[in-house]
Amino acid sequence: MSAQPTTTEAKRALTGAKPSLLSLIRRDRAWIIMMILPLLYFALFRYLPLYGMVIAFKDYSVGRGIWGSEWVGLKWFLQFFNSFYFWRLVRNTFLISFYMLLFGFPVPILFALCLNEVRSVGFRRTVQTVSYLPYFISVVVVVGMMVNFVSINGGIINVIIARLGGTPVNFMNEVGWFRPMYVLSEIWQDFGFGSIIYLAAIAGIDEELYDAAEVDGCSRWQRIRYVTLPGISATIIILLILRSGRMFTVGFEKILLMYSGLTYEVADVISTYVYRRGILSGEYSFGAAVGLFDSVINVAFLLLFNHIARKLSDTSLW
Amino acid sequence: MTATTFRRTAGDRGFDLAVHVIVVVAFVVTLYPFLYVVSMSLSETDAVLRDEVWLLPKGLQIDAYRAVLMDDRIWRSYYNTIWYTSVGTLFNLVFTVMAAYPLSKRKFFARNFFMVAIMVTFLFQGGIIPTFIIVARLGLYGSRWALVFPALISVYYLVICRTFFQQLPEDLFESARLEGAEEWRIVWKIVLPLSQPIVAVLALFYGIQHWNSFFPALLYLPDADLHPIQIYLRRVVVMSRLETLLQHADTGDFEEGVLAMIKVKYAVIVVAIAPIVMLYPFLQRYFVKGVMIGALKG
Repeated sequence: MSAQPTTTEAKRALTGAKPSLLSLIRRDRAWIIMMILPLLYFALFRYLPLYGMVIAFKDYSVGRGIWGSEWVGLKWFLQFFNSFYFWRLVRNTFLISFYMLLFGFPVPILFALCLNEVRSVGFRRTVQTVSYLPYFISVVVVVGMMVNFVSINGGIINVIIARLGGTPVNFMNEVGWFRPMYVLSEIWQDFGFGSIIYLAAIAGIDEELYDAAEVDGCSRWQRIRYVTLPGISATIIILLILRSGRMFTVGFEKILLMYSGLTYEVADVISTYVYRRGILSGEYSFGAAVGLFDSVINVAFLLLFNHIARKLSDTSLW
Repeated sequence: MTATTFRRTAGDRGFDLAVHVIVVVAFVVTLYPFLYVVSMSLSETDAVLRDEVWLLPKGLQIDAYRAVLMDDRIWRSYYNTIWYTSVGTLFNLVFTVMAAYPLSKRKFFARNFFMVAIMVTFLFQGGIIPTFIIVARLGLYGSRWALVFPALISVYYLVICRTFFQQLPEDLFESARLEGAEEWRIVWKIVLPLSQPIVAVLALFYGIQHWNSFFPALLYLPDADLHPIQIYLRRVVVMSRLETLLQHADTGDFEEGVLAMIKVKYAVIVVAIAPIVMLYPFLQRYFVKGVMIGALKG
């Protein structure tokens, strides 16, 4: 790749002709060579699975391969839509995600607002640092701690319940407790890390606004209400919209770790169902069809809400 | 805001109190589970069985750790996780940089085409089943590389990395090229040294992901000898299968053994998260930086 134009390039510049693809490849060959392996990765592990999605419309058999397997049209989709599980899965996926949005979304904002009001810098830093820690812990450990804390055999929560004179609850097996435990543990793990972006937004608010509020005799609460909150409202709205775009995406690994046959009724979501039917039972085509349905809904939501975000402001994912 | 000029009314004091209560509660709620797990794992078995441990260890008995450290399985898993984390992260970094550098060149004729082709995969993914089939067909099922290759490049980190490279002054590269340096050499000698902060952030992001990852191993590795620590944790801590552990524990009667299991489980958790917690003070500085870079976006 030479910095000086070659004579042919110079000629082209004079005549205004477009360089041919071949000459462009020759010019940028070093960059293309560098990209060969990454492109191979995208071809093999990102594009081939996209092609592999055709098995949703086929009766995939390992022996006959993806292309050789027989076409069956919408058989698997119809089977899924007509099955007893369809509405249950849609309901569970939507509800768990919706509860996360409803209860999980405001917590980092509240935390950031409160933390910002703490005047001792040392205390603020300490709390902030500690609050990020759970984010780095694996989902297996988080679920592991939760399972043992609520265990009926000496778990601390049940010990406390017993001390207070209550009857121990087998939380992991109770249908009514699954979603609250999912949501609470998720909030526990993410609220600190999620607050970073709001703290940054708060830090970006003009100091003069606070000085003016003080001159006007605002109380602490009024300063939050009329200065801080309006100052970060754009950030809140954008994050809310983008989060809504993931309305049908749930932490599938965590559900996989938490649920059991006893709680499928409220816990089983589309992606865990895909895993059980597709991988564990080996019904690849059926699993792929359900997975494709899941992807289509997810992409539709993402595009829709991204569009809204772009309409309302200049922020979007792309 | 200077505190001295601040008028403190009764309402403000109440407000102050409320804010501090919320922050302290958040602090305690975050830290307590960790403290409790450590205390339980270190306490005397009798104290654990009588539910006497609330905050700090009651007595000191390290038999749970002896049982954990004598289990071959945990060593094996630990070794595997270190392998996946180091090899995986190295591959992630090399591939991400190799893709990000050409894509950061405004003059690169195929830049937009490749960028769109890559962004498409961000939005549309094959999903679990087709990916599983492809990975198996490529002969990776049951191989260590199944935890390395399928997730080589994260599109999100690629974009972050590319955005960073774009901010580097092009003049630097031009003068190196005039001196006859090749692109690979430029990346190695100029780009990477200048990009240390971003490379560090990516290494940490990728590294933590490998350390904490459990599902790909569940999917692709039937052989227990290749299992990472997270699969071991799932078996012992979530599913309560402690056979390999209890043979080393001094658990007199059965009843006591079952109840003492909780201590062993907590010890396993401590051993598994120790590296992350110890690296944490160092990690979190970079991570916060990473979040901000991500938030700015390209």
